[in-house]
Amino acid sequence: MAQDIVVIDYGMGNLRSVSKAIEHVAGAGDRVHVTDDPELIHAADRVVFPGQGAARDCMAAISGHHLNQAVLEAARSKPFFGICMGLQVLMTFSEENAGTGLLGLIPGRVRRFPEMRDAEGHLLKIPHMGWNRVHQARPHPLWEGVAEGSRFYFVHSYFVDPEDAGRVAGTTDYGITFASVVARDNLFATQFHPEKSADDGLRLLKNFIDWNP
Amino acid sequence: MLAKRIIPCLDVDAGRVVKGVKFVDIRDAGDPVEVARRYNEEGADEITFLDITASSDERETIVQVVEQVASEVFIPLTVGGGIRTVDDVRRMLNAGADKVAINTAAVFNPEFVKEAADRFGAQCIVVAIDAKRVSGEGQPPRWEIFTHGGRKPTGIDAIEWAQRMTDYGAGEILLTSMDRDGTKIGFDNVLTHAVVEAVTIPVIASGGVGNLQHLVDGVIEGGADAVLAASIFHFAEYSVGEAKHYMAEHGIEVRL
Repeated sequence: MAQDIVVIDYGMGNLRSVSKAIEHVAGAGDRVHVTDDPELIHAADRVVFPGQGAARDCMAAISGHHLNQAVLEAARSKPFFGICMGLQVLMTFSEENAGTGLLGLIPGRVRRFPEMRDAEGHLLKIPHMGWNRVHQARPHPLWEGVAEGSRFYFVHSYFVDPEDAGRVAGTTDYGITFASVVARDNLFATQFHPEKSADDGLRLLKNFIDWNP
Repeated sequence: MLAKRIIPCLDVDAGRVVKGVKFVDIRDAGDPVEVARRYNEEGADEITFLDITASSDERETIVQVVEQVASEVFIPLTVGGGIRTVDDVRRMLNAGADKVAINTAAVFNPEFVKEAADRFGAQCIVVAIDAKRVSGEGQPPRWEIFTHGGRKPTGIDAIEWAQRMTDYGAGEILLTSMDRDGTKIGFDNVLTHAVVEAVTIPVIASGGVGNLQHLVDGVIEGGADAVLAASIFHFAEYSVGEAKHYMAEHGIEVRL
């Protein structure tokens, strides 16, 4: 059945790659809307929530577009895929910008990578940028066809730290082990960019399109 | 750990891939979308487009190229060549580029790098450095920044410049040895290593790749985070996949 898939656009970053990747894997009759209209988000069958930039700017943009309720409602009620800042802002609080309150859907903090060195004593570079492995912390329908330890494309300096370890669906090692995928009920959110992660990224998005939690 | 990246680089002139990409089974080797799709299938970690369009009325073509490629190829894209203003950066990012490479404009107006990084984030600002060795045989090595395809010296020390660009908010350095570019005798790994040691951001080695061992040397001897090559991939001497397997056999973490 044809679906309405909304990519929430609150002015934080270019969404062309996200919407094109969704279109690439969507069914023939599916409609992909890039919008900030709360009505369309409310009416959507599935919602993709991307985001990039600083935490404070993202929160200001979400409020500025009057999207707090629409995002929270969607994240509680329908298949919902958060990407990068679209994962981080679901948490309670971020260390970024001297402390930023977030949407608070998933209890936990967003922390900055500490100063770390690799085995040869070199400082680990921040942002964590490039292709890193994602270890599947638990089974999930969205992992279907994605091999354990597959590499995805990351660009970020902060990572999420959920209070409930049961929310962690994937982990990645970069000096420390952090939660690179958080999932609960109808929600799946990744720190990496599936829309930039070649075939494995597209597979994840395709699984999302087919997912009926 | 992060994988070391392999980045094929394509020169684009008025919307067409130039420098004779030769794939036996590709319909149109001048079509940036087809070539990018091929590199993606082979496992490229990123693709860099270098716009070399000279005529100003055809300069918009690179925007369409980026739009088309970003609609079909889902890996990071970098665009360089002729990025001079914040507006140029915005246009490329809106078209679907993930990063822009700033070269000459950074030399003439270093504040531009700061402005662009502040506006769009360090992660999408790559500073391209064309460096040439200026010290004589037997002297401690010293490199300077050159512009105009390696013809004009600027008197700027390459290592100091890399540090300054890092301070200004560059997210990555694309380091090309103008001594090695086009020679196929390998990267200037001494140069790469000197820059890697001097900065805290990723360094992409470029200029001089002639075989797969050169890619390995760039990572192991040079310490590069990523290696960029053009001709060895274009002429199908090696596929990106072969390059990755070769690097993996030599103990380098790559995305296979």
